Amino acid sequence: MRYSSGWGDVKVENQAIIEAEGLTKKYGHQIAVNDLNLKICEGEVFGFLGPNGAGKTTTILMFLGLTEPTSGKVRVIGFDPTRDPFHVKEKVGYLPENVGFYDDMDARQNLRYIARLNRIPDKISSARIDESLKVVGLFEEAGKKVGIYSKGMRQRLGIAEVLIKEPKLIFLDEPTIGLDPDGTNRMLDLIHSLSREKNITIFLSSHLLDQVQRICDRVGIMIKGDLVAMGPIEELAKKKLGVDKEDYTLEEIYMKYFKEA
Amino acid sequence: MEDHFSSIRFLLISALIVMVGVIIASMVGMSIQEESKGMAKPTLLFLWLFTSTGKLFSFVQFIGFFGPLIGIFLGFDSINRERVSRTLSKLVSQPIYRDSIINAKFLAGVAVIAIVLVAIVLIISGLGIRLIGVVPGSEEVWRFAIYLITSILYIAFWLGISILFSVVFRSTATSALASLAVWIFFSFFVSLGAGFLADAIAPISQSGAGVDPQMLIKHEGIQRMISLFSPMTLYSDATTIILDPMRKTTQSLILMGPLERLSLSRFQNPLPLLQSLVIVIPHLISIVAITVLCFGVCYLAFMRQEIRTV
Repeated sequence: MRYSSGWGDVKVENQAIIEAEGLTKKYGHQIAVNDLNLKICEGEVFGFLGPNGAGKTTTILMFLGLTEPTSGKVRVIGFDPTRDPFHVKEKVGYLPENVGFYDDMDARQNLRYIARLNRIPDKISSARIDESLKVVGLFEEAGKKVGIYSKGMRQRLGIAEVLIKEPKLIFLDEPTIGLDPDGTNRMLDLIHSLSREKNITIFLSSHLLDQVQRICDRVGIMIKGDLVAMGPIEELAKKKLGVDKEDYTLEEIYMKYFKEA
Repeated sequence: MEDHFSSIRFLLISALIVMVGVIIASMVGMSIQEESKGMAKPTLLFLWLFTSTGKLFSFVQFIGFFGPLIGIFLGFDSINRERVSRTLSKLVSQPIYRDSIINAKFLAGVAVIAIVLVAIVLIISGLGIRLIGVVPGSEEVWRFAIYLITSILYIAFWLGISILFSVVFRSTATSALASLAVWIFFSFFVSLGAGFLADAIAPISQSGAGVDPQMLIKHEGIQRMISLFSPMTLYSDATTIILDPMRKTTQSLILMGPLERLSLSRFQNPLPLLQSLVIVIPHLISIVAITVLCFGVCYLAFMRQEIRTV
């Protein structure tokens, strides 16, 4: 099961939704993200790869204005997240790794709470909540307390929660981590359909390579704070593995970069 | 705030307080009749309901002692519970200002405290009116209002302390214990320490004979100054002055120095409201100041925390 991961069949608008220039974050003397230059276009599914501790989450947090860059410039949906986090957060969804919910409330109450934080009137949000529950396939279970949800259901509820504010761009931090194969497939299908049907730009970080390969238009590989490669998977394969090899996997490309770093 | 009202913890606290309030009111209601027997015309009788110690302790003493615990219970896990359940990182990624999270936590707690306190005072008043049949005059109502405001501020201070610990510490158990430790420190050790320090700097003989008055004043002054650092002393002094203008129960409530005993014998009449107010204004300002300071520290700590660790 492979989606067309070609660069060509995606409608690429030239408009950049994320632009980063020389973005650097240091924690004391430790460099978490080093001089990152990145441009993500509208409608893309971008896979942000790297081993644990490579600086992926830090990068996402800087894009959301949740942490301040040490130096460099970022623009997300046309706003500077450091100066103007409010506008960014209004139209950008973020699903953190291992998202939490209020376990003593049911799914609908959780979503309602988030809708209120987004200042969406109850009249409008009721319809949206139902819709996004249907999208993630949790409509039947919406009345159950979130505390008894399985990991896969929680992750999907997380997506539903992000959809409430009708985002232009979604950051997914390790969205499939800890899910069983079935849960993983459902999650990936869901992410893919969001991109194709709702035209939401998706920026997902992961270290699970085969999954990213299935749904991403482009990938970036980050190792120890440096973005070592970026582009469509085919292009990276050409560069690193040679053109003649047909049955490449992202893992091979990745390992090659990883050994060099 | 919705959260507070539906939680089991809140039910427990309010059940406890209402229960104690009712017990005290009925207990005091009965003993008041005996106590006031010899008096020709007891003044401000209604206030006795709250300050008379009855058989065990008075309502004011009870709130003074357990009020801080209410504040601590409401706040000790406010931030770190969100952190443990991983909802905080989600909250901060919503289009709300980050300070509104901490403000809401604090204000919701204060609102709950206010509602609980007002409700209890009303319950006791109601019971009191039925039991002793005395209707509170306007002066008494004013005194209650001041008492309530002081109490709310005081408990809000403890709420602030516990929220601060919940920002600083990752685990809810640690923050609860830390808040309790501060509470114990102020309730026991500060007054002890004040006594020791005063004895060390300006020693007076315990027998009271042949004491240099200058020295005595100095001793008292030092002891007061140190214990004024304790929010508990501030609060109990303020409420005693407000609710007990005759200073009737003071003897049992605080350890009195020789000076206080002297002044007590001079003034047999109740202090007028305005005079009481003049005395407590510094206390009130201090309570407001420490509450604001405490919340300010808490606010800063929360705002400056790296979201990564959140």
